[in-house]
Amino acid sequence: MEKEIIIEQLKEIIKPYVQEKEAFEALTEHTDFINDLKINSANLVDVILDIEEKYDIVIDNESMERMLNVKAAIEIISTKLADKI
Amino acid sequence: MNKRVVITGLGIVAPNGVGLEAFTHAIKNGISGIKHDPELERLQFSCQISGKPEISNELSLRYFSELELRNFNSSGILYGVIAGIDAWKDAGLPVENNQDPDWDSGTIFGTGTSGIDKFRESIYKIDDFQTRRLGSTAVAQTMNSGVSAYLGGKLGLGNQVTTNSSACTTGTESILMAYERIKQGKAKRILAGSTSDSGPYIWGGFDAMRVCTFKHNTTPEEGSRPMSASASGFVPGSGAGALLIEDLETALARGAKIYAEILGGNVNSGGQRGLGTMTAPNPIAVQKCIVNAIADAGIKPEAIDVINGHLTATSKDSLEIQNWSEALQRNGLDFPYINSLKSMVGHCLSAAGSIESVASVLQLYHGFIFPNINCEDLHPEIKAVVDENKIPQKVINQDIDIVAKASFGFGDVNGCLIFKKFKN
Repeated sequence: MEKEIIIEQLKEIIKPYVQEKEAFEALTEHTDFINDLKINSANLVDVILDIEEKYDIVIDNESMERMLNVKAAIEIISTKLADKI
Repeated sequence: MNKRVVITGLGIVAPNGVGLEAFTHAIKNGISGIKHDPELERLQFSCQISGKPEISNELSLRYFSELELRNFNSSGILYGVIAGIDAWKDAGLPVENNQDPDWDSGTIFGTGTSGIDKFRESIYKIDDFQTRRLGSTAVAQTMNSGVSAYLGGKLGLGNQVTTNSSACTTGTESILMAYERIKQGKAKRILAGSTSDSGPYIWGGFDAMRVCTFKHNTTPEEGSRPMSASASGFVPGSGAGALLIEDLETALARGAKIYAEILGGNVNSGGQRGLGTMTAPNPIAVQKCIVNAIADAGIKPEAIDVINGHLTATSKDSLEIQNWSEALQRNGLDFPYINSLKSMVGHCLSAAGSIESVASVLQLYHGFIFPNINCEDLHPEIKAVVDENKIPQKVINQDIDIVAKASFGFGDVNGCLIFKKFKN
Protein backbone atom coordinates (compact mmCIF):
# COMPACT_ATOMS: atom_id res chain seq x y z
CA MET A 1 0.00 0.00 0.00
CA GLU A 2 1.20 3.51 -0.82
CA LYS A 3 2.83 5.39 2.05
CA GLU A 4 0.61 8.44 1.43
CA ILE A 5 -2.52 6.36 1.70
CA ILE A 6 -1.37 4.81 4.98
CA ILE A 7 -0.60 8.30 6.35
CA GLU A 8 -4.10 9.50 5.46
CA GLN A 9 -5.69 6.43 7.07
CA LEU A 10 -3.44 6.76 10.12
CA LYS A 11 -4.55 10.37 10.56
CA GLU A 12 -8.17 9.25 10.69
CA ILE A 13 -7.32 6.65 13.34
CA ILE A 14 -5.31 8.88 15.67
CA LYS A 15 -7.47 11.99 15.31
CA PRO A 16 -9.64 11.37 18.40
CA TYR A 17 -6.60 10.88 20.63
CA VAL A 18 -4.64 13.96 19.52
CA GLN A 19 -4.38 16.88 21.95
CA GLU A 20 -2.13 19.09 19.79
CA LYS A 21 -4.27 20.03 16.80
CA GLU A 22 -1.63 22.18 15.04
CA ALA A 23 0.97 19.43 14.98
CA PHE A 24 -1.75 17.11 13.74
CA GLU A 25 -2.54 19.39 10.78
CA ALA A 26 1.15 19.54 9.89
CA LEU A 27 1.68 15.81 10.39
CA THR A 28 4.60 14.25 8.49
CA GLU A 29 6.47 10.98 8.60
CA HIS A 30 8.65 12.41 11.38
CA THR A 31 5.82 13.35 13.71
CA ASP A 32 6.08 11.74 17.17
CA PHE A 33 2.84 10.53 18.75
CA ILE A 34 3.61 11.53 22.32
CA ASN A 35 6.02 14.48 21.99
CA ASP A 36 4.42 16.22 19.02
CA LEU A 37 0.77 15.18 19.07
CA LYS A 38 0.60 14.94 22.90
CA ILE A 39 -1.32 11.67 22.74
CA ASN A 40 -1.70 10.36 26.29
CA SER A 41 0.77 7.47 26.54
CA ALA A 42 -1.95 5.19 27.99
CA ASN A 43 -3.99 5.83 24.82
CA LEU A 44 -1.24 4.42 22.58
CA VAL A 45 -2.59 0.92 23.22
CA ASP A 46 -6.00 2.10 21.99
CA VAL A 47 -4.39 3.55 18.84
CA ILE A 48 -2.71 0.20 18.22
CA LEU A 49 -5.97 -1.72 18.73
CA ASP A 50 -7.66 0.61 16.24
CA ILE A 51 -4.84 0.04 13.72
CA GLU A 52 -5.13 -3.72 14.17
CA GLU A 53 -8.83 -3.55 13.50
CA LYS A 54 -8.48 -1.30 10.45
CA TYR A 55 -5.87 -3.45 8.69
CA ASP A 56 -6.84 -6.80 10.16
CA ILE A 57 -3.30 -7.38 11.40
CA VAL A 58 -1.80 -8.31 14.79
CA ILE A 59 0.90 -6.04 16.17
CA ASP A 60 3.17 -7.98 18.51
CA ASN A 61 4.53 -6.51 21.75
CA GLU A 62 7.98 -5.75 20.28
CA SER A 63 6.49 -3.81 17.37
CA MET A 64 4.18 -2.04 19.77
CA GLU A 65 7.11 -0.79 21.81
CA ARG A 66 8.66 0.73 18.68
CA MET A 67 5.49 2.33 17.38
CA LEU A 68 6.04 5.81 18.79
CA ASN A 69 5.98 7.88 15.61
CA VAL A 70 4.38 7.99 12.19
CA LYS A 71 7.44 6.55 10.44
CA ALA A 72 7.60 3.45 12.64
CA ALA A 73 3.85 3.00 12.34
CA ILE A 74 3.99 3.02 8.53
CA GLU A 75 6.89 0.59 8.54
CA ILE A 76 5.17 -1.83 10.89
CA ILE A 77 1.83 -1.65 9.09
CA SER A 78 3.51 -2.21 5.69
CA THR A 79 5.50 -5.20 6.99
CA LYS A 80 2.49 -6.80 8.63
CA LEU A 81 0.40 -6.26 5.49
CA ALA A 82 3.12 -7.80 3.34
CA ASP A 83 3.29 -10.79 5.73
CA LYS A 84 -0.42 -11.34 5.22
CA ILE A 85 -0.08 -11.95 1.47
CA MET B 1 -10.99 25.10 66.94
CA ASN B 2 -13.65 23.07 65.16
CA LYS B 3 -15.02 24.58 61.99
CA ARG B 4 -18.73 24.85 61.22
CA VAL B 5 -19.61 22.85 58.14
CA VAL B 6 -22.25 23.66 55.54
CA ILE B 7 -23.62 22.38 52.25
CA THR B 8 -23.23 24.80 49.35
CA GLY B 9 -23.96 22.67 46.29
CA LEU B 10 -26.15 19.73 45.29
CA GLY B 11 -26.19 17.37 42.33
CA ILE B 12 -28.60 14.55 41.65
CA VAL B 13 -29.02 11.70 39.18
CA ALA B 14 -32.08 9.82 40.40
CA PRO B 15 -34.54 7.41 38.79
CA ASN B 16 -37.30 10.01 39.13
CA GLY B 17 -35.30 13.05 38.12
CA VAL B 18 -31.90 14.03 36.76
CA GLY B 19 -30.92 17.52 37.88
CA LEU B 20 -32.19 19.49 40.88
CA GLU B 21 -35.22 21.01 39.22
CA ALA B 22 -36.66 17.75 37.88
CA PHE B 23 -35.87 15.90 41.10
CA THR B 24 -37.37 18.55 43.40
CA HIS B 25 -40.54 18.57 41.31
CA ALA B 26 -40.70 14.76 41.41
CA ILE B 27 -40.28 14.36 45.17
CA LYS B 28 -42.76 17.13 45.99
CA ASN B 29 -45.37 15.51 43.79
CA GLY B 30 -44.76 11.89 44.69
CA ILE B 31 -43.64 10.95 41.18
CA SER B 32 -42.31 7.42 40.90
CA GLY B 33 -39.22 6.57 38.85
CA ILE B 34 -39.89 2.83 38.94
CA LYS B 35 -40.47 1.18 35.57
CA HIS B 36 -40.80 -2.25 34.04
CA ASP B 37 -37.27 -3.47 33.16
CA PRO B 38 -37.23 -5.53 29.91
CA GLU B 39 -33.68 -6.73 30.54
CA LEU B 40 -34.61 -8.17 33.95
CA GLU B 41 -37.61 -9.85 32.34
CA ARG B 42 -35.46 -11.35 29.56
CA LEU B 43 -33.08 -12.72 32.17
CA GLN B 44 -35.99 -14.23 34.10
CA PHE B 45 -35.46 -12.28 37.31
CA SER B 46 -38.15 -12.68 39.95
CA CYS B 47 -38.28 -8.89 40.19
CA GLN B 48 -38.70 -7.33 36.75
CA ILE B 49 -39.00 -3.68 37.75
CA SER B 50 -36.28 -1.18 38.63
CA GLY B 51 -35.40 2.47 39.14
CA LYS B 52 -32.85 3.73 36.62
CA PRO B 53 -31.95 7.34 35.82
CA GLU B 54 -32.37 8.28 32.16
CA ILE B 55 -29.20 9.73 30.69
CA SER B 56 -29.10 10.68 27.01
CA ASN B 57 -25.89 10.57 25.00
CA GLU B 58 -26.24 14.30 24.53
CA LEU B 59 -26.22 14.84 28.30
CA SER B 60 -23.21 12.52 28.75
CA LEU B 61 -21.28 14.63 26.24
CA ARG B 62 -21.66 17.68 28.49
CA TYR B 63 -19.55 15.88 31.13
CA PHE B 64 -17.29 13.55 29.13
CA SER B 65 -15.34 13.96 25.89
CA GLU B 66 -16.12 11.74 22.92
CA LEU B 67 -12.81 10.05 23.51
CA GLU B 68 -13.71 9.29 27.14
CA LEU B 69 -16.99 7.79 26.01
CA ARG B 70 -15.31 5.39 23.56
CA ASN B 71 -15.59 1.88 25.02
CA PHE B 72 -17.06 3.47 28.17
CA ASN B 73 -19.37 1.08 30.00
CA SER B 74 -19.59 2.15 33.63
CA SER B 75 -23.02 3.46 34.60
CA GLY B 76 -21.87 4.20 38.16
CA ILE B 77 -19.06 6.49 37.01
CA LEU B 78 -21.41 8.16 34.51
CA TYR B 79 -23.99 8.95 37.23
CA GLY B 80 -21.35 9.95 39.80
CA VAL B 81 -19.53 12.33 37.49
CA ILE B 82 -22.77 14.04 36.38
CA ALA B 83 -23.99 14.48 39.97
CA GLY B 84 -20.54 15.53 41.19
CA ILE B 85 -19.87 18.14 38.52
CA ASP B 86 -23.41 19.48 38.94
CA ALA B 87 -22.91 19.90 42.70
CA TRP B 88 -19.58 21.66 42.11
CA LYS B 89 -21.14 24.07 39.60
CA ASP B 90 -24.25 24.54 41.74
CA ALA B 91 -21.92 25.71 44.51
CA GLY B 92 -20.72 28.43 42.12
CA LEU B 93 -17.25 26.92 41.82
CA PRO B 94 -15.36 27.21 38.53
CA VAL B 95 -14.06 24.29 36.46
CA GLU B 96 -10.65 25.52 35.39
CA ASN B 97 -7.68 24.01 33.65
CA ASN B 98 -5.09 25.36 36.08
CA GLN B 99 -1.47 24.31 36.22
CA ASP B 100 -1.73 23.59 39.96
CA PRO B 101 -4.32 21.38 41.63
CA ASP B 102 -6.76 22.92 44.10
CA TRP B 103 -5.05 21.82 47.33
CA ASP B 104 -7.97 22.83 49.53
CA SER B 105 -10.61 20.75 47.73
CA GLY B 106 -11.04 16.97 47.59
CA THR B 107 -13.66 14.32 47.07
CA ILE B 108 -14.97 11.40 49.09
CA PHE B 109 -17.24 9.65 46.62
CA GLY B 110 -18.40 6.17 47.52
CA THR B 111 -19.63 3.17 45.60
CA GLY B 112 -20.27 -0.53 46.06
CA THR B 113 -18.88 -1.72 42.73
CA SER B 114 -17.48 0.12 39.76
CA GLY B 115 -18.24 -0.46 36.10
CA ILE B 116 -19.72 -3.88 36.61
CA ASP B 117 -20.73 -4.05 32.92
CA LYS B 118 -17.18 -3.12 31.88
CA PHE B 119 -15.90 -5.79 34.25
CA ARG B 120 -18.14 -8.40 32.64
CA GLU B 121 -16.96 -7.30 29.17
CA SER B 122 -13.32 -7.61 30.30
CA ILE B 123 -13.82 -11.05 31.81
CA TYR B 124 -15.31 -12.34 28.57
CA LYS B 125 -12.31 -10.98 26.62
CA ILE B 126 -9.80 -12.46 29.06
CA ASP B 127 -11.42 -15.90 28.93
CA ASP B 128 -11.33 -15.64 25.13
CA PHE B 129 -7.51 -15.07 25.25
CA GLN B 130 -8.03 -11.40 24.27
CA THR B 131 -6.46 -9.70 27.30
CA ARG B 132 -4.37 -7.52 24.99
CA ARG B 133 -7.58 -6.07 23.57
CA LEU B 134 -9.02 -4.72 26.86
CA GLY B 135 -8.08 -1.15 25.97
CA SER B 136 -6.54 1.51 28.16
CA THR B 137 -9.50 2.34 30.39
CA ALA B 138 -10.56 -1.08 31.70
CA VAL B 139 -8.76 -0.39 34.98
CA ALA B 140 -10.00 3.18 35.49
CA GLN B 141 -13.58 2.09 34.82
CA THR B 142 -13.55 -0.94 37.10
CA MET B 143 -11.39 0.16 40.03
CA ASN B 144 -13.63 0.99 42.95
CA SER B 145 -12.16 4.49 43.18
CA GLY B 146 -12.89 5.09 39.48
CA VAL B 147 -15.64 7.61 40.27
CA SER B 148 -13.49 9.74 42.59
CA ALA B 149 -10.55 9.46 40.17
CA TYR B 150 -12.63 10.74 37.25
CA LEU B 151 -14.04 13.58 39.37
CA GLY B 152 -10.64 14.46 40.80
CA GLY B 153 -9.21 14.83 37.31
CA LYS B 154 -12.08 16.82 35.87
CA LEU B 155 -12.03 19.27 38.77
CA GLY B 156 -8.29 19.32 39.47
CA LEU B 157 -8.75 18.34 43.12
CA GLY B 158 -5.57 18.39 45.22
CA ASN B 159 -6.85 17.41 48.66
CA GLN B 160 -7.96 13.88 49.57
CA VAL B 161 -9.45 11.98 46.61
CA THR B 162 -10.94 8.67 47.73
CA THR B 163 -13.83 6.25 47.52
CA ASN B 164 -15.50 4.77 50.59
CA SER B 165 -17.61 1.63 50.60
CA SER B 166 -20.01 0.40 53.28
CA ALA B 167 -22.92 -1.17 51.38
CA CYS B 168 -26.15 0.82 51.67
CA THR B 169 -24.60 3.16 54.27
CA THR B 170 -21.95 4.34 51.77
CA GLY B 171 -23.49 7.69 50.82
CA THR B 172 -24.32 8.70 54.37
CA GLU B 173 -20.83 7.72 55.46
CA SER B 174 -19.14 9.76 52.70
CA ILE B 175 -20.95 12.91 53.88
CA LEU B 176 -19.92 12.26 57.48
CA MET B 177 -16.29 11.66 56.45
CA ALA B 178 -16.30 14.92 54.49
CA TYR B 179 -17.85 16.75 57.45
CA GLU B 180 -15.18 15.44 59.83
CA ARG B 181 -12.30 16.32 57.52
CA ILE B 182 -13.53 19.88 57.10
CA LYS B 183 -14.37 20.26 60.80
CA GLN B 184 -10.77 19.38 61.60
CA GLY B 185 -9.53 22.00 59.15
CA LYS B 186 -7.86 19.47 56.84
CA ALA B 187 -9.80 20.63 53.79
CA LYS B 188 -11.92 23.65 52.87
CA ARG B 189 -14.31 21.74 50.70
CA ILE B 190 -15.05 18.13 49.90
CA LEU B 191 -17.30 16.88 47.13
CA ALA B 192 -19.12 14.12 49.01
CA GLY B 193 -21.51 11.62 47.55
CA SER B 194 -21.99 8.15 46.23
CA THR B 195 -23.05 6.25 43.17
CA SER B 196 -24.30 2.84 42.17
CA ASP B 197 -24.11 0.89 38.91
CA SER B 198 -27.32 -0.13 37.14
CA GLY B 199 -28.37 -3.45 35.76
CA PRO B 200 -28.74 -7.19 36.22
CA TYR B 201 -25.15 -7.86 37.30
CA ILE B 202 -25.46 -5.59 40.32
CA TRP B 203 -29.03 -6.54 41.18
CA GLY B 204 -28.90 -10.31 40.51
CA GLY B 205 -27.53 -11.25 43.93
CA PHE B 206 -30.41 -9.48 45.68
CA ASP B 207 -32.93 -11.14 43.39
CA ALA B 208 -31.39 -14.50 44.30
CA MET B 209 -31.83 -13.67 48.01
CA ARG B 210 -35.54 -13.05 47.28
CA VAL B 211 -35.34 -9.65 49.00
CA CYS B 212 -36.74 -7.81 45.96
CA THR B 213 -40.48 -7.70 45.29
CA PHE B 214 -41.84 -10.01 42.60
CA LYS B 215 -45.46 -8.96 43.08
CA HIS B 216 -45.48 -5.79 41.02
CA ASN B 217 -44.01 -6.76 37.65
CA THR B 218 -47.11 -5.37 35.95
CA THR B 219 -47.62 -2.46 38.37
CA PRO B 220 -44.10 -0.98 38.68
CA GLU B 221 -45.08 2.36 40.22
CA GLU B 222 -46.83 0.57 43.09
CA GLY B 223 -43.90 -1.78 43.64
CA SER B 224 -41.87 0.13 46.22
CA ARG B 225 -43.99 0.20 49.39
CA PRO B 226 -42.02 1.27 52.46
CA MET B 227 -44.02 1.11 55.72
CA SER B 228 -46.96 -0.54 53.95
CA ALA B 229 -48.70 -3.69 55.26
CA SER B 230 -48.39 -5.06 51.73
CA ALA B 231 -44.66 -4.27 51.36
CA SER B 232 -43.11 -7.28 49.68
CA GLY B 233 -39.44 -6.47 49.23
CA PHE B 234 -37.40 -3.64 47.80
CA VAL B 235 -37.20 -2.47 44.20
CA PRO B 236 -33.62 -2.27 42.90
CA GLY B 237 -32.49 1.20 41.90
CA SER B 238 -29.40 3.15 40.92
CA GLY B 239 -28.10 6.67 40.44
CA ALA B 240 -25.92 9.13 42.29
CA GLY B 241 -26.18 12.02 44.71
CA ALA B 242 -23.53 14.65 45.44
CA LEU B 243 -23.16 17.38 48.06
CA LEU B 244 -20.52 20.06 48.11
CA ILE B 245 -19.52 20.21 51.78
CA GLU B 246 -17.71 23.38 52.77
CA ASP B 247 -16.14 25.18 55.67
CA LEU B 248 -18.62 27.91 56.73
CA GLU B 249 -16.04 30.71 56.75
CA THR B 250 -14.91 29.90 53.23
CA ALA B 251 -18.48 29.65 52.05
CA LEU B 252 -19.42 33.02 53.59
CA ALA B 253 -16.27 34.68 52.28
CA ARG B 254 -17.14 33.78 48.70
CA GLY B 255 -20.82 34.63 49.17
CA ALA B 256 -21.99 31.09 48.47
CA LYS B 257 -25.60 29.96 48.69
CA ILE B 258 -25.97 27.79 51.80
CA TYR B 259 -28.43 24.91 51.61
CA ALA B 260 -28.03 23.65 55.18
CA GLU B 261 -25.61 23.10 58.01
CA ILE B 262 -24.34 19.68 59.05
CA LEU B 263 -24.52 19.61 62.83
CA GLY B 264 -22.99 16.16 63.27
CA GLY B 265 -23.49 12.48 62.82
CA ASN B 266 -22.32 9.01 63.65
CA VAL B 267 -21.33 5.74 62.02
CA ASN B 268 -21.03 2.43 63.84
CA SER B 269 -21.53 -1.29 63.45
CA GLY B 270 -23.49 -3.90 65.34
CA GLY B 271 -20.54 -6.25 64.93
CA GLN B 272 -22.92 -8.99 63.70
CA ARG B 273 -23.46 -9.79 67.36
CA GLY B 274 -26.71 -10.10 69.27
CA LEU B 275 -29.52 -9.87 66.70
CA GLY B 276 -27.10 -8.46 64.11
CA THR B 277 -25.95 -10.59 61.17
CA MET B 278 -24.40 -9.98 57.76
CA THR B 279 -27.86 -8.94 56.52
CA ALA B 280 -29.85 -7.99 59.65
CA PRO B 281 -29.16 -4.96 61.83
CA ASN B 282 -28.33 -5.24 65.49
CA PRO B 283 -31.07 -2.94 66.95
CA ILE B 284 -28.88 -1.92 69.87
CA ALA B 285 -26.27 -0.60 67.43
CA VAL B 286 -28.90 1.20 65.31
CA GLN B 287 -30.27 2.99 68.38
CA LYS B 288 -26.79 3.80 69.61
CA CYS B 289 -25.89 5.26 66.21
CA ILE B 290 -28.92 7.57 66.31
CA VAL B 291 -28.34 8.56 69.96
CA ASN B 292 -24.66 9.27 69.29
CA ALA B 293 -25.47 11.33 66.18
CA ILE B 294 -27.84 13.49 68.22
CA ALA B 295 -25.22 13.93 70.94
CA ASP B 296 -22.56 14.76 68.34
CA ALA B 297 -24.87 17.40 66.86
CA GLY B 298 -25.46 18.88 70.32
CA ILE B 299 -29.25 18.80 70.04
CA LYS B 300 -32.10 17.21 71.99
CA PRO B 301 -34.12 14.38 70.38
CA GLU B 302 -37.24 16.57 70.49
CA ALA B 303 -35.56 19.09 68.17
CA ILE B 304 -35.85 16.71 65.22
CA ASP B 305 -38.69 17.77 62.90
CA VAL B 306 -38.34 15.19 60.18
CA ILE B 307 -36.71 11.78 59.84
CA ASN B 308 -35.65 10.56 56.44
CA GLY B 309 -35.47 6.86 57.11
CA HIS B 310 -33.68 3.97 55.45
CA LEU B 311 -37.06 2.16 55.09
CA THR B 312 -36.55 -0.17 52.14
CA ALA B 313 -40.00 -1.84 51.96
CA THR B 314 -38.98 -5.13 53.52
CA SER B 315 -40.12 -6.71 56.77
CA LYS B 316 -37.43 -4.67 58.53
CA ASP B 317 -39.34 -1.38 58.24
CA SER B 318 -41.29 -1.98 61.46
CA LEU B 319 -38.05 -2.74 63.32
CA GLU B 320 -36.51 0.49 62.02
CA ILE B 321 -39.49 2.53 63.25
CA GLN B 322 -39.23 0.80 66.63
CA ASN B 323 -35.51 1.68 66.76
CA TRP B 324 -36.15 5.36 65.98
CA SER B 325 -38.86 5.48 68.62
CA GLU B 326 -36.62 3.91 71.28
CA ALA B 327 -33.63 6.06 70.37
CA LEU B 328 -35.60 9.33 70.40
CA GLN B 329 -37.98 8.31 73.17
CA ARG B 330 -40.80 9.66 71.04
CA ASN B 331 -43.94 8.02 69.69
CA GLY B 332 -47.51 8.61 68.53
CA LEU B 333 -48.23 12.25 67.66
CA ASP B 334 -44.98 13.27 69.34
CA PHE B 335 -42.98 11.26 66.78
CA PRO B 336 -41.26 13.42 64.10
CA TYR B 337 -42.56 13.37 60.53
CA ILE B 338 -40.99 10.46 58.70
CA ASN B 339 -40.56 9.70 55.02
CA SER B 340 -38.81 7.25 52.74
CA LEU B 341 -37.56 8.34 49.34
CA LYS B 342 -37.38 4.69 48.33
CA SER B 343 -41.14 4.71 47.71
CA MET B 344 -40.36 6.79 44.60
CA VAL B 345 -36.88 5.67 43.50
CA GLY B 346 -36.46 2.17 44.91
CA HIS B 347 -33.36 1.15 46.80
CA CYS B 348 -30.38 2.79 45.10
CA LEU B 349 -27.99 0.66 47.20
CA SER B 350 -24.59 2.37 47.56
CA ALA B 351 -26.13 5.56 46.11
CA ALA B 352 -29.11 5.52 48.51
CA GLY B 353 -27.53 7.53 51.34
CA SER B 354 -26.40 10.40 49.14
CA ILE B 355 -29.53 10.57 46.94
CA GLU B 356 -31.71 10.57 50.06
CA SER B 357 -29.49 13.16 51.75
CA VAL B 358 -29.94 15.46 48.75
CA ALA B 359 -33.71 15.02 49.17
CA SER B 360 -33.41 15.70 52.91
CA VAL B 361 -31.45 18.90 52.36
CA LEU B 362 -33.88 20.13 49.67
CA GLN B 363 -36.66 19.83 52.24
CA LEU B 364 -34.79 22.08 54.68
CA TYR B 365 -33.84 24.63 52.06
CA HIS B 366 -37.21 24.95 50.34
CA GLY B 367 -39.40 24.26 53.40
CA PHE B 368 -41.40 21.15 52.58
CA ILE B 369 -41.80 17.52 53.64
CA PHE B 370 -42.03 15.18 50.67
CA PRO B 371 -44.78 12.56 50.66
CA ASN B 372 -44.53 8.80 51.03
CA ILE B 373 -46.28 6.96 48.23
CA ASN B 374 -47.70 3.42 48.31
CA CYS B 375 -48.32 3.31 52.06
CA GLU B 376 -52.08 3.97 52.08
CA ASP B 377 -52.24 0.63 53.96
CA LEU B 378 -49.79 1.45 56.77
CA HIS B 379 -48.33 -1.57 58.53
CA PRO B 380 -50.16 -2.15 61.83
CA GLU B 381 -46.88 -2.54 63.73
CA ILE B 382 -45.88 0.92 62.51
CA LYS B 383 -49.28 2.47 63.29
CA ALA B 384 -48.90 1.16 66.83
CA VAL B 385 -45.79 3.36 67.25
CA VAL B 386 -46.32 6.40 65.03
CA ASP B 387 -49.45 8.45 64.48
CA GLU B 388 -50.60 8.26 60.84
CA ASN B 389 -50.41 12.04 60.52
CA LYS B 390 -46.65 11.83 60.98
CA ILE B 391 -46.31 9.68 57.84
CA PRO B 392 -47.41 12.17 55.17
CA GLN B 393 -48.91 10.87 51.94
CA LYS B 394 -49.18 14.36 50.45
CA VAL B 395 -46.51 17.03 50.42
CA ILE B 396 -46.53 19.31 53.47
CA ASN B 397 -45.33 22.82 52.75
CA GLN B 398 -43.84 24.20 55.95
CA ASP B 399 -40.51 25.39 57.26
CA ILE B 400 -38.57 22.75 59.12
CA ASP B 401 -35.43 23.17 61.18
CA ILE B 402 -33.76 19.78 61.66
CA VAL B 403 -33.77 16.58 59.61
CA ALA B 404 -32.21 13.32 60.77
CA LYS B 405 -31.12 10.99 57.97
CA ALA B 406 -30.05 7.40 58.55
CA SER B 407 -28.87 4.51 56.40
CA PHE B 408 -28.20 0.90 57.33
CA GLY B 409 -26.23 -1.63 55.31
CA PHE B 410 -25.11 -5.23 54.90
CA GLY B 411 -22.28 -6.02 57.25
CA ASP B 412 -24.41 -4.62 60.11
CA VAL B 413 -23.21 -1.05 59.49
CA ASN B 414 -25.13 2.12 60.37
CA GLY B 415 -24.88 5.81 59.61
CA CYS B 416 -26.87 8.82 60.84
CA LEU B 417 -26.57 12.50 59.92
CA ILE B 418 -28.18 15.61 61.44
CA PHE B 419 -28.90 18.45 58.99
CA LYS B 420 -30.11 21.88 60.09
CA LYS B 421 -31.61 24.83 58.25
CA PHE B 422 -28.82 27.39 58.04
CA LYS B 423 -28.93 30.46 60.22
CA ASN B 424 -25.89 32.57 60.87
